[in-house]
Amino acid sequence: MARNRQQQEVNAGSMADIAFLLLIFFLVTTQINSDKGLQIKLPPKADEQDKTQIDIPDRNLFKILINSNDQLLVEDEILNDPNLLKGLVYEFINNNGENSELSDSPLEGVVSIKTDRGTSYDLFIKVLDQVQGAYYKSRGSLFGLSATEYLNLDPKNPKQKAKIDKAKESFPMRISIAEPNKIGG
Amino acid sequence: MSKFKKKSQSSQDIPTAALPDIIFMLLFFFMVTTVIREDEILVEQSLPAAEDITKLERKSLVSYLYVGQPKEAKFGTEPLVQANDAFIRMDELILWVTQERDKLDEVDKNQMTVSLKVDKDTKMGIVSDVQQELREANALKIMYNTPQLVKDDI
Repeated sequence: MARNRQQQEVNAGSMADIAFLLLIFFLVTTQINSDKGLQIKLPPKADEQDKTQIDIPDRNLFKILINSNDQLLVEDEILNDPNLLKGLVYEFINNNGENSELSDSPLEGVVSIKTDRGTSYDLFIKVLDQVQGAYYKSRGSLFGLSATEYLNLDPKNPKQKAKIDKAKESFPMRISIAEPNKIGG
Repeated sequence: MSKFKKKSQSSQDIPTAALPDIIFMLLFFFMVTTVIREDEILVEQSLPAAEDITKLERKSLVSYLYVGQPKEAKFGTEPLVQANDAFIRMDELILWVTQERDKLDEVDKNQMTVSLKVDKDTKMGIVSDVQQELREANALKIMYNTPQLVKDDI
């Protein structure tokens, strides 16, 4: 009788191996889909805007032009290194009327990016990233945080949400992405 | 002496009976979290990286558009727009936005976000064409999907 019982046991030693195999399969095939990127808000339809032409004084407008050869023209001057843009935009936003060529206040300054149809998307993202980075840096500096620390604030936490809202109010992200030129496409 | 002898006789094997359970637990975790991708990507997708990126809070509000050069030569070399599982013409985009918006709950309809996954080598022309159509369709929240840029000099 005792012998009979022993024979009925299933050898489960290889169970772990089988499970490992499946585990490794799922580990390899899993792709963590990242929903990360640069968020912007498009302006509403064009025909509504045409009626109300708003004139922005030149000092409150930070112009970035990119042509089809991926050359940058920033505030009417040629810029070779797009990585310098962050500093320039930061200065422009946080001018508060000091320099007569830069913005009156962060609330009024507008950064305008105009591309050509032939501009590479890669450079456009680089430029947009630099501009947004300058805004995040400004928002973070309101609380003595770096741009990365500001972005890591959790909107679900009411205390941090208040901070984000305040920063957004002080530094509204006013980026205009103009319709591209058709020349040189 | 006899006491010591008894001890040395006891089994030195580590009980591995619980090992499959642990592995199964891990297995189930990965099985549950794995999202099987619904869209088969038909265009080249090497996204440019960016430094200061933000995360989308709610995945259900996001619709994806893929832009890039087709992977298969029979579709040509000009960049095309892909939505869901197939290429889409520019004039179909508004309809596509409406369809995607209909999938959402009533309260979330104006929260819809379009995530643009655009290949590095694309020119801005087609991207801005897409943007114009999205403006026309009143889908104003868009995101340029980019991975995090890793700086090597810091």
